[in-house]
Amino acid sequence: MSDWLPKSAAGKRWLGLAPSYFVIGIFMLVPMIIMGVFSFLEPNPYGGVKPVGSFAAYVKIFFEYDLEDQLVFNPGYINIIFRSFQLSFGATLLCLVFGFPVAYYITLQPENRRNFYIYLVTIPFWTNLLIRTFAWIIILGRGGVIETPLLATGIIEKSLRMMYTDGAIAIGLTYSYLPLMVLPIYASLEKLDFRLLEAASDLYANRFEVMTKVVIPLCKPGIIAGCLLVFIPCLGAFIAPNLLGGGKKLMLGSLVQFQFASARNWPFGAALSMLLLSAVVIVLIFYARAAKNRAAMEGSA
Amino acid sequence: MKHLLTTLAAAAAMLTLGAANADGELFIYNWTEYTPPELIAKFEKESGIKVSVDTYDSNETLLAKLQAGATGYDIVVPSQNFVPIMINEGLIQKVGVHKLPNFKNLAERWAYPEWDPKQEYSGPWQWGTTSFSFNSELYSGKGSSLKEFFEPSDEVMGRLSVFQTPDEVVSLANIYLGIPFCSEDAKQMKKIQDMLVKQKEFVVAYNSETMSDLLASGEAMMTNHWSGYSRLGRLTGAPIVYAYPKEGVVGWYDSMVVPTSAKNVENAKKFMNFMMDPVNMAMLTENQGYGDAVKGTAAYYSDELKTAPEINPPSDLKVFFAPTCSPRAQSLIDKVWTKVMQ
Repeated sequence: MSDWLPKSAAGKRWLGLAPSYFVIGIFMLVPMIIMGVFSFLEPNPYGGVKPVGSFAAYVKIFFEYDLEDQLVFNPGYINIIFRSFQLSFGATLLCLVFGFPVAYYITLQPENRRNFYIYLVTIPFWTNLLIRTFAWIIILGRGGVIETPLLATGIIEKSLRMMYTDGAIAIGLTYSYLPLMVLPIYASLEKLDFRLLEAASDLYANRFEVMTKVVIPLCKPGIIAGCLLVFIPCLGAFIAPNLLGGGKKLMLGSLVQFQFASARNWPFGAALSMLLLSAVVIVLIFYARAAKNRAAMEGSA
Repeated sequence: MKHLLTTLAAAAAMLTLGAANADGELFIYNWTEYTPPELIAKFEKESGIKVSVDTYDSNETLLAKLQAGATGYDIVVPSQNFVPIMINEGLIQKVGVHKLPNFKNLAERWAYPEWDPKQEYSGPWQWGTTSFSFNSELYSGKGSSLKEFFEPSDEVMGRLSVFQTPDEVVSLANIYLGIPFCSEDAKQMKKIQDMLVKQKEFVVAYNSETMSDLLASGEAMMTNHWSGYSRLGRLTGAPIVYAYPKEGVVGWYDSMVVPTSAKNVENAKKFMNFMMDPVNMAMLTENQGYGDAVKGTAAYYSDELKTAPEINPPSDLKVFFAPTCSPRAQSLIDKVWTKVMQ
């Protein structure tokens, strides 16, 4: 019965991990490989791909054929990509500004109450993101929850026009991903030795210096992880830009979606996704390298 | 080994049993809010077939889903210009609609249409028009020209909503500028692009779902709209007027077809036949407020529907049905839209 089982410890470990390799392989690698392969094929005019190799999808990101069929540089898609990065950066910053104090506050609570607060942070995840984003239309919109009382009391005279603006997108994204910022920061703050704060105060550090020179450096891994967890999904987001931004300015996520549905150019959509994926991988490599350097420094210290 | 074989055989037997049980089912994949539950309940009661409904938001989504190999749908409801694409791509199958008993009820105008000349594939659902609507308490115009939508007056600044997908927007632009549908002429398409880019200054949102809400709240005073959907907005009490511009409007005809991958073809045919019965079709029209293609339905309409302006257009209204565009024309439309969206 057991003679086919591996003898070595490494073999046994491999066998134990086999189910997870299998799941990762099927659910992560295979779709990614399909995407990669599709990005190097030609589009079928009515959806799908033709099995003909081509780099056209990647060329299209930077160049286009003008009316005389000359290949010219086209900044259009680059602009969309740049705009997505800008907006994701803004949303990440907002999440950090609001998320860090929340995480810090939770850490300062007595232990038995902390879990309850963390539990509260996760409540939004219980409902669908689409529905929660729709709720923001009611909050921000004309005749909505914010405007109606202000209009009724005469504080404002006409509509604030908050919906369908970049600000509305930023609010929507910040709201959607705030928990992903709070949780990792909390995880690293929780391990913080608060005696270090007292020590810093004893050494005449003021409260600002305690924060910038002790707390923030020590929970940097949590902050970086939180920023990545917010920044990456923001890059591909299309619910908030469409519903709250009015879809007036295409974002990377909407652009990809547009290629698969309306424009029926699957290879181009796949190429854009590959570009997005490479951007994320590059960021992660830098992160991993920084973490390794830090570990090495701490090891030698 | 022998044990394995018996297990496999048992599993296979169970699979076939499962398939046999599926005889009493029908899976419909239709546009959002386009399948009245009371109609489905009636069909279920009469036929004993259990119906499930799933929804999509555009022809493009439907096509992409079928192209990607989605299975399990027995009836889908594309617009006329997508039927030939689906036939050519082998995505839908011949079910001989013209042989169904109730086919005799189909109005002459809609029988054997150009997109399905032998009526092998498609049975009627609804037909209607695409134009624009406005909030008559906010907007001072009459909606008598497409100019009001494409080159609006200053009062509409920041209060205009346009559909999120290019097809119907570009078709309306074709009508307004007198450019043929599916133009392959880059210069003509440039004219449309320039106009849509200018129109964008007035746009508050590109939206194909909540048009009536936008009009009712006043977030928009004018939006792209479908005739019957505009009526539904008006029936909620908002002062919504559906415009019949003199240049004409875009027409569309949605029909039921059966995907090649359908498992319950016979049930799909039963449902198609059911829908060509005037009583049932009238129920759908009453709920949706578009036009139907079945004779004798008007006798079952309510008084409200009989006089609804959205389904009783002026007699001189020009309605243009868009054909299936060539890949070249389609890619020009996509280029225009991407430019507008940048």
